[in-house]
Amino acid sequence: MPSRNRVAYAFLAPYLLIFATFWVWPIISSFLLSFQNTRVNPWRFQPSLNWGRLVADPAFYNALYNTLIILVIQVPVMIALATVMAVLLNSPLLKARPLYRFAFFAPVVVGEVAYAAVFRLMFSADFGIINKLITSIGFAPVSWFDNATAAMILIIIAVTWRWAGYNAIIILAGLQSIPGDVYEAATLDRVSKRQQFLHITLPLLKPIILFCAVLSVIGTMQLFTEPFLITNRGGPGGGTETLGLLLYRQGFTSLNFGYASAIAYTIAALAIAISLLNLWVAREPK
Amino acid sequence: MRSKSKTLLWQKITLHAVLTPLAIIWLFPLWVMFVFSTMPDYGIFSPDIVLIPSTNFIENFKNLQADTDFLRAMFISIAVAVIYTILSVFLTSMAGWALARYRFAGKPFVIAIILGTITLPFAVVVIPQFIMVAREFKLANTWIALIVPPLFNSLGVLFMRQSFSMMPGELFDAARVEGVKEWQIFLRVALPLARPTMAALAIILFLASWNNYLWPLLINSRPGMMTAPVALGTLIGLTKVSWGGIMAGAVLLTAPILVIFVLLQRHFIAGITAGAVK
Repeated sequence: MPSRNRVAYAFLAPYLLIFATFWVWPIISSFLLSFQNTRVNPWRFQPSLNWGRLVADPAFYNALYNTLIILVIQVPVMIALATVMAVLLNSPLLKARPLYRFAFFAPVVVGEVAYAAVFRLMFSADFGIINKLITSIGFAPVSWFDNATAAMILIIIAVTWRWAGYNAIIILAGLQSIPGDVYEAATLDRVSKRQQFLHITLPLLKPIILFCAVLSVIGTMQLFTEPFLITNRGGPGGGTETLGLLLYRQGFTSLNFGYASAIAYTIAALAIAISLLNLWVAREPK
Repeated sequence: MRSKSKTLLWQKITLHAVLTPLAIIWLFPLWVMFVFSTMPDYGIFSPDIVLIPSTNFIENFKNLQADTDFLRAMFISIAVAVIYTILSVFLTSMAGWALARYRFAGKPFVIAIILGTITLPFAVVVIPQFIMVAREFKLANTWIALIVPPLFNSLGVLFMRQSFSMMPGELFDAARVEGVKEWQIFLRVALPLARPTMAALAIILFLASWNNYLWPLLINSRPGMMTAPVALGTLIGLTKVSWGGIMAGAVLLTAPILVIFVLLQRHFIAGITAGAVK
């Protein structure tokens, strides 16, 4: 490998320029903004204003609570479901494999706005097809948008539908990278299929599943489009407001950039902390 | 022997009995989207459960076009996605090539930056990025605002770097002995060999740009400069709006990408799994 400082940086230059302009500077500037009062003109340095407001803001705790609820319910459910999908799709006994793959993987390419529109229409209280199906089997219709619990369940269902296949693709690739002779040896030793799954497949999949969990945590921490479009700006009455939505509301509806920056840093810190916690919990026992 | 083939049969039946309902549930929203895009609004709001397509798609599309200039928005989305994909593949290839094939001062630092930003939430930079692009550069509602800031893409660099470092080094050394310039080695020797990787990356980048919502929503909110997802998003939640039209818009956003997905599934999956399986 030749040592070429000038050539290497010439190839890297356009990329690093965009990185410096649109990431490095904003990250620093965001940090500085979080210590400024941006509701006066000109903006003024007032270090405790936004952070002081954050730790006392009921709207922040509401958004944090909602985000964490979605995180602890949706992420494990989705990853378990994705693992089941991947394991079943990997079975040599499966017929019409392309059809099943299409069913589970198609949502991965569907845009957030398109699927938000469909879910909003499907779950409409009065004429939505889901309530029609629920009443046709004799249950009472659910007011998905007026009841905070139902609205949260709706968000969880929607995100799971959209992302389970994505995780299944990654887990399936992991399954296919496990060499077949491992299973052959186990079968020769009369290890049952269930034992093979528990003691061979799952431990070997652990790093991949962890990777999926970390990606999902980061995604969930900034969840925005679903509560924005499906449950109508985090409705009912903030019942599905997430940290991502609170950031949007403070930054781009109230135009309070300082406070929104403090929220942004909180989101990043939490995403990193929860990801590290994930890795720590799953570490190899010594 | 007989009992073994019998258990195998049972396993097969159980497998399909679990997967089939799950697959139907998973396809259901897409089917509903398609059916409703072909139904007049009174059909969507009727008390019956209708799951058979009708013939009203063109009417619905006309209603959509009356609610928002969707054709213009589709044109912007397509143009942005194409330009973005070409630029981004080229930029990440250049950076990946430098990281794969040269030793240089500060290399561990550059690699650390790229790895570190993969998992950094966009939320951290969105506010100052908006302030900078909209207020300082005065670029809101422009093509540049849609295309340039999202060009930074760490995963793409790592993907290309891996592809370049797996190529045999003798190939490039031979070219160097012949006196071929470095950028020509990159363009004429390395890039053609990296074509499959570039294809997988291009598909993922195109999809990301096509579906991008938050940044275009913030930066290009003026009618006439909105992308298709943003234009469609403005209609969701309005009271006097054609739901058949919204569904027609959703189908137009989804159908092309589904067709690409079916045709190029292998590349899609290679792109998605690139970050996970080393």
